[in-house]
Amino acid sequence: MTRSIPVLTVVAAILALWYVAAVPMNAQWAYDRAARADVELTFSDLVADTWSQEKPRLPAPHQVAVEVWQTTVDKKITSKRSLIYHSWITLSATLVGFALGTTLGILLAVGIVYNRVMDMSVMPWVIASQTIPILALAPMIIVVLNAVGVSGLLPKAVISMYLSFFPVAVGMVKGLRSPEVMQLDQMHTWHASASQTFWKLRLPASMPYLFTSLKVAMAASLVGAIVGELPTGAIAGLGARLLAGSYYGQTIQIWSALIMAAALAAVIVSLIGLIQRIVLKRMGMAT
Amino acid sequence: MEVNNLKDAGTPAANGGAVISAKDLDLTFQTNDGPVQALKSVSLDIEKGDFVSFIGPSGCGKTTFLRCMADLEQPTGGSITVNGVSAAEARAARAYGYVFQAAGLYPWRTIGGNISLPLEIMGYSKSDQRDRVARVLELVELAGFEKKFPWQLSGGMQQRASIARALAFDADILLMDEPFGALDEIVRDHLNEQLLKLWARTEKTIAFVTHSIPEAVYLSTKIVVMSPRPGRITDVIDSPLPKERPLDIRETPEFLEVAHRVREGLRAGHNDV
Repeated sequence: MTRSIPVLTVVAAILALWYVAAVPMNAQWAYDRAARADVELTFSDLVADTWSQEKPRLPAPHQVAVEVWQTTVDKKITSKRSLIYHSWITLSATLVGFALGTTLGILLAVGIVYNRVMDMSVMPWVIASQTIPILALAPMIIVVLNAVGVSGLLPKAVISMYLSFFPVAVGMVKGLRSPEVMQLDQMHTWHASASQTFWKLRLPASMPYLFTSLKVAMAASLVGAIVGELPTGAIAGLGARLLAGSYYGQTIQIWSALIMAAALAAVIVSLIGLIQRIVLKRMGMAT
Repeated sequence: MEVNNLKDAGTPAANGGAVISAKDLDLTFQTNDGPVQALKSVSLDIEKGDFVSFIGPSGCGKTTFLRCMADLEQPTGGSITVNGVSAAEARAARAYGYVFQAAGLYPWRTIGGNISLPLEIMGYSKSDQRDRVARVLELVELAGFEKKFPWQLSGGMQQRASIARALAFDADILLMDEPFGALDEIVRDHLNEQLLKLWARTEKTIAFVTHSIPEAVYLSTKIVVMSPRPGRITDVIDSPLPKERPLDIRETPEFLEVAHRVREGLRAGHNDV
């Protein structure tokens, strides 16, 4: 309970700031309409109007909340207008991309740790890969994969993978190298094979690093999936909702998609946190 | 008996009954500040059942020498045999257990799991692992702690568990690198006493690195005094003390006399520099 008080205070402050900001942001349109109707606007009229416009520059929180409610609870989830439907489209690409990225990241890390040539050559490329803006790269990936007949979920998952393998690779290199020299010497005195050293020492020792990386990777995956949905012609997914919303000036729709994406990220990242706690506790490494 | 020993070790007659035999051992490390001679013509024979302590100031090469026996360092000159074969072959045959300065238990394994780790690596059967874990835990007086995690144990208990781990497989040599260096005096006394009992019960050959004179004299049948720059042996003292040693043997004139000789040896080594 004591921990929720600061959180609630911050949330309340953000909401208050949001409401206050909505007034000047949307005021111009309210003034214009009042001028056309030739009526004088009182301050309370102004506030009421700026908080209830159909296409505000900045929708008020309750407008977004109502939109989210209507597009999740009130719509059948099979409907093209259901936010749950779009979230699932994005989530499925996110999860596939996350799985691919995690696998690639771990394999790269193992290669880097065990192979001197890879250690010298791969890491700079891994880092360089992340300096290219994903917005520039995403359309090319979609187009190229489309040209070879791959479309739908997979191109988006590839973009997710591209963003999510990086934190896993970096974290796992650090994790696999975390055993002390003494522990490696110890394995040596037992004449342990390289694979025994990997499975019994390096891999378990890397677990705390892995989970930290997975949280970052999951968030990056979601961003990748949303970015991947932008150049596909806004068919489905949270990215498509964002794009469609901006085409038609549906700011409330944009904001509700944003809120949904944030909530989705919070849920899946905290899910990893939960798995982390369970696994590390079972391993006796709870922190 | 003597003949049997020879056969077991598979040694040429020249080595006699020596379990570990070093001849003119040299080791030079190449560092950024130029070569450092860690060991210079070190020769020593360790007989079966000996408890040999290596003592000297830091940089005298005592740990390096122990690591040469364990095939963790490669000498640049001379020769070393363990059980009559090269250190590398002895390591492959799992001829020794090595106890490091820190316990180095895996935090994700229980005490029992840590002790069975080398057994898993060496391919002992599950039931054999269980029996051995129970036996060595009893040997180091940690029976009942099998299911605990390392962080639930004190430093001294952790180090005992690491000794148990080194004893769990059938190595008749125990190499110990300042195993009690990080522990306080009282715990250390207790562990020294336990170690002597354990040595008497198991009849292992023990090589023990320390920087404590009382510890070296109390434990050993043979004390090797070393000095630095370059690392070399300056004195080898055969202890006149009986095998049965209560803690208060450390007040007797014989004990003090040996301790005095060790101290003299250390001082002489220092003056050379």
